[in-house]
Amino acid sequence: MKNKFKIKGLDCANCAAELERAIEKIDGVDEASISFMTERLIIECSEENKNEVMENVKKVIKKEEPDVTIEEI
Amino acid sequence: MKKRLYKIIISAVLFVIALLVMFPNIWINRIIYILSYLIVGFEILKKAVRNIKRGKVFDENFLMSVATIGAFAIGEFPEAVAVMLFYQIGEIFQDYAVDKSRKSISSLMDIRPDHANVLRDGKEEKVDPDNVKIGEIIIVKPGEKVPIDGVIEEGTSFVDTKALTGEPTPKKVCKDEEVLSGCINLDGILKIKVTKKYDDSTVSKILELVENASSKKSKSEKFITKFAKYYTPIVVIIAVALAIIPPLLINGATFSEWIYRALSFLVVSCPCALVISIPLSFFGGIGGASKNGILIKGSNYLEALASLETIVFDKTGTLTEGVFDVQKIEPVGLTKEELLEIAALAEWYSNHPIAKSIKKAYNKNAEEIKIKDVKEISGKGIIAKIEEAKVNNHEKQILVGNEKLMEENNISFEKSKEIGTILYIAIDGVFSGTILISDKIKDDSVKAIYLIKKNGIKQTIMLTGDKKEIAEHISKKIGIDKVHSELLPDGKTEKMEQLLKEKGENKKIAYVGDGINDAPVLALADIGIAMGALGSDSAIEASDIVIMTDEPSKINTAIKISKKTMKIVRENIVFAIFVKILILVLSALGIATLWAAVFADVGVSVIAIFNSLRMLSKKI
Repeated sequence: MKNKFKIKGLDCANCAAELERAIEKIDGVDEASISFMTERLIIECSEENKNEVMENVKKVIKKEEPDVTIEEI
Repeated sequence: MKKRLYKIIISAVLFVIALLVMFPNIWINRIIYILSYLIVGFEILKKAVRNIKRGKVFDENFLMSVATIGAFAIGEFPEAVAVMLFYQIGEIFQDYAVDKSRKSISSLMDIRPDHANVLRDGKEEKVDPDNVKIGEIIIVKPGEKVPIDGVIEEGTSFVDTKALTGEPTPKKVCKDEEVLSGCINLDGILKIKVTKKYDDSTVSKILELVENASSKKSKSEKFITKFAKYYTPIVVIIAVALAIIPPLLINGATFSEWIYRALSFLVVSCPCALVISIPLSFFGGIGGASKNGILIKGSNYLEALASLETIVFDKTGTLTEGVFDVQKIEPVGLTKEELLEIAALAEWYSNHPIAKSIKKAYNKNAEEIKIKDVKEISGKGIIAKIEEAKVNNHEKQILVGNEKLMEENNISFEKSKEIGTILYIAIDGVFSGTILISDKIKDDSVKAIYLIKKNGIKQTIMLTGDKKEIAEHISKKIGIDKVHSELLPDGKTEKMEQLLKEKGENKKIAYVGDGINDAPVLALADIGIAMGALGSDSAIEASDIVIMTDEPSKINTAIKISKKTMKIVRENIVFAIFVKILILVLSALGIATLWAAVFADVGVSVIAIFNSLRMLSKKI
């Protein structure tokens, strides 16, 4: 199940890559991809634990890049 | 962005004053330097402090802060300001480039419709396209975008499909014809019966595809992020070692001298320019391709196109029109028109593709002529009687069909040597000529294959379910290297599996098809290219690249874009890494100054970024 988000407030492409790696490490995330160019975050995880995974994703974002906000599309 | 630009200008002016004017007290110069530094670098310092709290020591803000504060500490005031100032100038360029390419992609997103005029209870209502149900009637006025796919109920008009296909000439549409969302209605008012939900409409599919294109990353992008992951820590560690070890071990070496050298390392330790310029090139390449009516689903496919070795084509509908047309009429004892008329009348009530193509070639009405006793003999042809209007009470018996039909009815005829489907016609038991019907080769196909080969594709292969002679004839005409004919749909999949096994390492095979019955092959190939697939969901789903027009030569365009992108990517990687390493070596040896380091580093970023921006132009 692919979940798509608009991701705003990223400073640079390297920060995007680092955040991507951090999100990918979260339990339950099968694949994560951040495109700095299109400001898009795509997270693949199973439908059942989506809420739990997203909670953790938000925590990681808050820790890594406090200026970044995401919004589901 | 404007605010940042002003800060840079003010800071630069102060910097130049401090540099050129010799104030009586050196501390006045120094205070101006510090002022200039704070104006341009305060944000960076603030972010750096915040990042240390979170333990992110390899963050670019932190590194820049350490490098500049270090320069102040060893008394190199102008250098400290210059590093921060040029770093910010580089950032401005980077933001400009990113902004520009984002805008260029969003101009592509202009096809997104903002409303639909739906007809409810006889009244026109302006609603969100999402809220229109299948079967409802929508009204599209001149100048408006068609919001949802549908079939025209009423009205004729010209529609502009440029945003979808890159095709500049408007297309005429009339009642009962399908119109795709994303077209712009040019002159007439159209009433359209909605056939798909907005989410399943062409425009949604395309937008989704373009917006998510960059989620599938190429090897080059993965390489560069991996490189960045190790590059920064390594350079920083060397910098620390460089600042501490030589002064302790070498006689006469001073800390301030070696710290100065180490600071240069920190200046070039940020890989951001490299990390941005590579995806920027791919992003530009994908954007440039979509302006040409080629949708590429990910930068990995754009990258793979450059190492393409073999292209496998489906025949019908890809290289040929997929529509059967009368190619040749050879009458015996009557005129061509008469022969065509007789054949068309006999086939009048048939819906067979062959009958349709003959009626299309005839292009007249047959209402006044009585056609009776029509017998369709499956796999052979048609027998019919035609009452001729001019000669009373005479009925002609017509036979139209293949060789078997002629033989069964004991008609002596001459076998045709033409390639294609041949219809033999007999009137009242006498052989009267042949009509040759075959699929037409697309005008664009020959040119496409020529260009593709010229562009370095080693092998072109055609797969078809058609008869051997027809397949070979067509492939020769187009210039295809190899043909596999008389394949069942499963056979195409098997052939592709075999080709994939035989291919060389790191070489890619593409399959080009219309997706009608070859979706599995599209999915199987390294690169599946769906052609003329607009409106066909399964083809768009199964493929990696979607060509929105019917022209096979677009494949060549795609390969060219890919090669150009890859060239820029390689240039940027090699150039940037080379310059960085050069500076590292020169600064370690004490040859390069901090000035040189920051100039070179920002220069490389700016050059790499502008190099990437070249991909955004439509011309290839």
